[in-house]
Amino acid sequence: MPVVEKKQVMSATEMDRTLQRLAHEIVERTADIDRLALVGIRRRGIPLAERLARNIGAVVGHPISVGSIDITLYRDDLSTTATQPEVHASDIPAVDDRDILLVDDVLYTARTIRAAINGLFDLGRPRRIRLCVLIDRGHRELPIEASFVGRVVQTTLSELVDVRLQEIDGEERVMLIDRVP
Amino acid sequence: MPERIGHLLAIEPLSAEQITFFLDQSKPFQQIQRHPLKKLATLRGKSVALAFFEPSTRTRISFATAAARLGADTMSLQAASSSLKKGESLIDTVHTLEAMKPDCIVLRHAASGAADFIARHVAIPVINAGDGLHEHPTQALLDALTIRDRRGGLEGLSVTILGDISHSRVARSNIHLLSKFGARITLCGPAMWLPRELELLAPGVRRCSRIEEALDGADVVIALRVQQERLNEPALPRDEYIRQFQLTRSRLAGARPDALLLHPGPIIRGLEVESPVADGPQSCVLEQVTNGLAVRMALLFLLIGGTGGIEDLPHASD
Amino acid sequence: MLLIKNGRVVDPATQTDAVLDILLDGGLIADLKPGLEVPGAEVIDARGWVVAPGFIDLHCHLREPGDESSETIQSGAGAAARGGFTAICPMPNTHPVNDNASVTRSIVERASAAPVRVWPIGAVSAGSRGESLAEIAAMKEAGIVAVSDDGHPVATAKLLRQAMEYCRALNLPVIDHCEEPSLFAGAVMREGPRSVRMGLSGMPAATESICVARDVQVAELTGGRLHIAHLSAAESLDLVRQAKRRGLAVTCEVTPHHFTLTDDDVQYDSRFKVNPPIASGQDRQALLDGLADGSVDAIATDHAPHEPAKKDVEFDHAAFGMTGFETALSLAIEQLYHSGRVGLGRLVELFTTGPARVLGITRRIAKGEPGDLTLFSLDHPWTFHVEESASLSRNSPFDGRSFHGAPMMTVVAGRIAWRR
Repeated sequence: MPVVEKKQVMSATEMDRTLQRLAHEIVERTADIDRLALVGIRRRGIPLAERLARNIGAVVGHPISVGSIDITLYRDDLSTTATQPEVHASDIPAVDDRDILLVDDVLYTARTIRAAINGLFDLGRPRRIRLCVLIDRGHRELPIEASFVGRVVQTTLSELVDVRLQEIDGEERVMLIDRVP
Repeated sequence: MPERIGHLLAIEPLSAEQITFFLDQSKPFQQIQRHPLKKLATLRGKSVALAFFEPSTRTRISFATAAARLGADTMSLQAASSSLKKGESLIDTVHTLEAMKPDCIVLRHAASGAADFIARHVAIPVINAGDGLHEHPTQALLDALTIRDRRGGLEGLSVTILGDISHSRVARSNIHLLSKFGARITLCGPAMWLPRELELLAPGVRRCSRIEEALDGADVVIALRVQQERLNEPALPRDEYIRQFQLTRSRLAGARPDALLLHPGPIIRGLEVESPVADGPQSCVLEQVTNGLAVRMALLFLLIGGTGGIEDLPHASD
Repeated sequence: MLLIKNGRVVDPATQTDAVLDILLDGGLIADLKPGLEVPGAEVIDARGWVVAPGFIDLHCHLREPGDESSETIQSGAGAAARGGFTAICPMPNTHPVNDNASVTRSIVERASAAPVRVWPIGAVSAGSRGESLAEIAAMKEAGIVAVSDDGHPVATAKLLRQAMEYCRALNLPVIDHCEEPSLFAGAVMREGPRSVRMGLSGMPAATESICVARDVQVAELTGGRLHIAHLSAAESLDLVRQAKRRGLAVTCEVTPHHFTLTDDDVQYDSRFKVNPPIASGQDRQALLDGLADGSVDAIATDHAPHEPAKKDVEFDHAAFGMTGFETALSLAIEQLYHSGRVGLGRLVELFTTGPARVLGITRRIAKGEPGDLTLFSLDHPWTFHVEESASLSRNSPFDGRSFHGAPMMTVVAGRIAWRR
């Protein structure tokens, strides 16, 4: 699908500073750090969760539990397309009675988050689930909001927010792109 | 984006890469068997037709459970209760099933090539759950997953398959699969069930009529059921088979000390396998059952699971 | 009157291979020489074609009486005409079996409206059950040209001996479908690497050759005429060769599918399911050699039509057989002539003088002979589409196959039975 880059929303430096700021916010608003576990939503939520966990760990002085969840099996779309679906393993720490922080790159319709919550509940009963995202681009289709937001970006429905991470894309920036009609 | 897999009819045409993909895709489904809540909604609204024209309890329940745990519905046809007895042809029976709009058909049938035949007459994916003497692909996949998990890999193993090889679709599927990973395969059983042509099925296959020689140094031993009901020929007398070919503790000791014992089930204790061997530490029989569930869930997901539209866009997140 | 001009007349019986004109009148060959001009005659320009004596098919199944959904005498004969055949010999495994004069007469009667000649083969035993001889002499008077229990082997050596002694006196050949029942039971294809790979029950070559060995010894014992139907195995051919060398009256036929296909071609597709089964590459090579060196006397189609309900099922449960009239000559031209294995004279012999000798008749192009001719092209390009077949059945694995060489016109009793 052809796209055109419109503008850069965040540079590498800005992303780094935001993740530092989020780490501090999370520590400030989490009473019992020992119960905290970060779960990155595949795919780009995972490196973000790992970085956040490191940042939080640096603030509090000990390692923070971090894992990942693949939501393929929890999606709510039933359409069967010609391309081959693939599922990946999840690596979720124990959830019973824990304070789970889901981490994703972009919050949009919130369907992904709903699927991730379903996945977590299949494993046990967390004490609490909160959400941290790098970008909130609006256009919610479910009543779910993030407790921790890096930046809010206004977008139209045809636009996309493209978060590029070193670990996956080999570069580090957030782009606003548009679909070519 | 790879094209969706259409049917799973046989192991023979698959590459080692494709088999590895199936096994990797089974891993998340193994995880799910350990969750307190084992039911997903992934295939909610989809239905799986189980067309079993041959008696089977274990495979049918395995597929039914796999579908149910993914949230799919099942339509179950069993030969004894079907209108086949009234003379309805196989094609008509399957078309009747297809008219109820399942999303895929899981087929077990006594005629070799039946899955191939049906796949040419329906417009939905077909999974071969065993066709005559030809293949039983999901059995070979779950056996491979079991071996891979216990052994760390599938490369270069020494595998011995025991029993009535010529009439075994499990043997054929396993021979094709393990050979693709460079296994050295020894087939052992009464000579009239070991035709020369079995050595031509795939590279790395040899025959042997003495069980002690066949087990020497084996990494994996697959013991087959002795299939009395499929033989339309005089069978070997039971005591003769036991004396010559039963897998006893002392015989199994001739294999490697950490050799794995697999069996497609159900085991006839005291016939092909001695009871203590069936229950011993080398026996993987129960893992095979759990892995069978994982493999079949993965297969259903891969063949009829939805992907949604979002994945198609570059770097877009929901 | 029909005047066929400019064709290359090839007749092994008269050792003819020349461009000649042929005049047909009153159902017979009236004249035969170059440059014929006959005012009032319908003229066919056979330039570029071969003109041969009318082809004979020693082995086919017309299914009437009893299974008219698969084929009738009329539809089968129509397909035979499109294959260039002027005379066909339907096997007696109808319902009822052709084991008495009244069934024979009813077949002959139905065939009187058919476009080609129909020479029925009667059963060896009552009902082909292999217990006692059928009314062979009565059937001979009604018009049979040979006897066979085709579909089954002649059940016992004793019955075969009785039949051969009895038929020797009647001057009838005994045609046997050679098969050892205990090795055949439950099998659906040739035993070999392919059957083991496909998980289908197979029968070894010995299934046929054990019975051929028996039959040859009974032929020696009785001095009778033995013809081996649809011979498919190298071992069987060796036995026939040895028998001929010993001077026994043993002949054999091979079908086009056996000299074209091997078991590697077999799919889970019952159009390939046939008895005797499609054999190995070595067998095919041996058959091709035998067709070339004279050990094989005739090509016969074993045209075996079956309605879809009998074929469109799992391989194990499908009926045995494939249709064959319309593709036989083209396959022979492709496999035998274009490959350089046989010359034109031998090719024609396999369809004409060979079968004629088996039946004990003559088939040639000469003044006064019956006006049966087969005109064919050695290079006409065409593709066989089973949907266009004149047979009522569609079970041919050669659907969609392209050829160079085809029958172009079939003349029976001096009239055009079919033209392309």
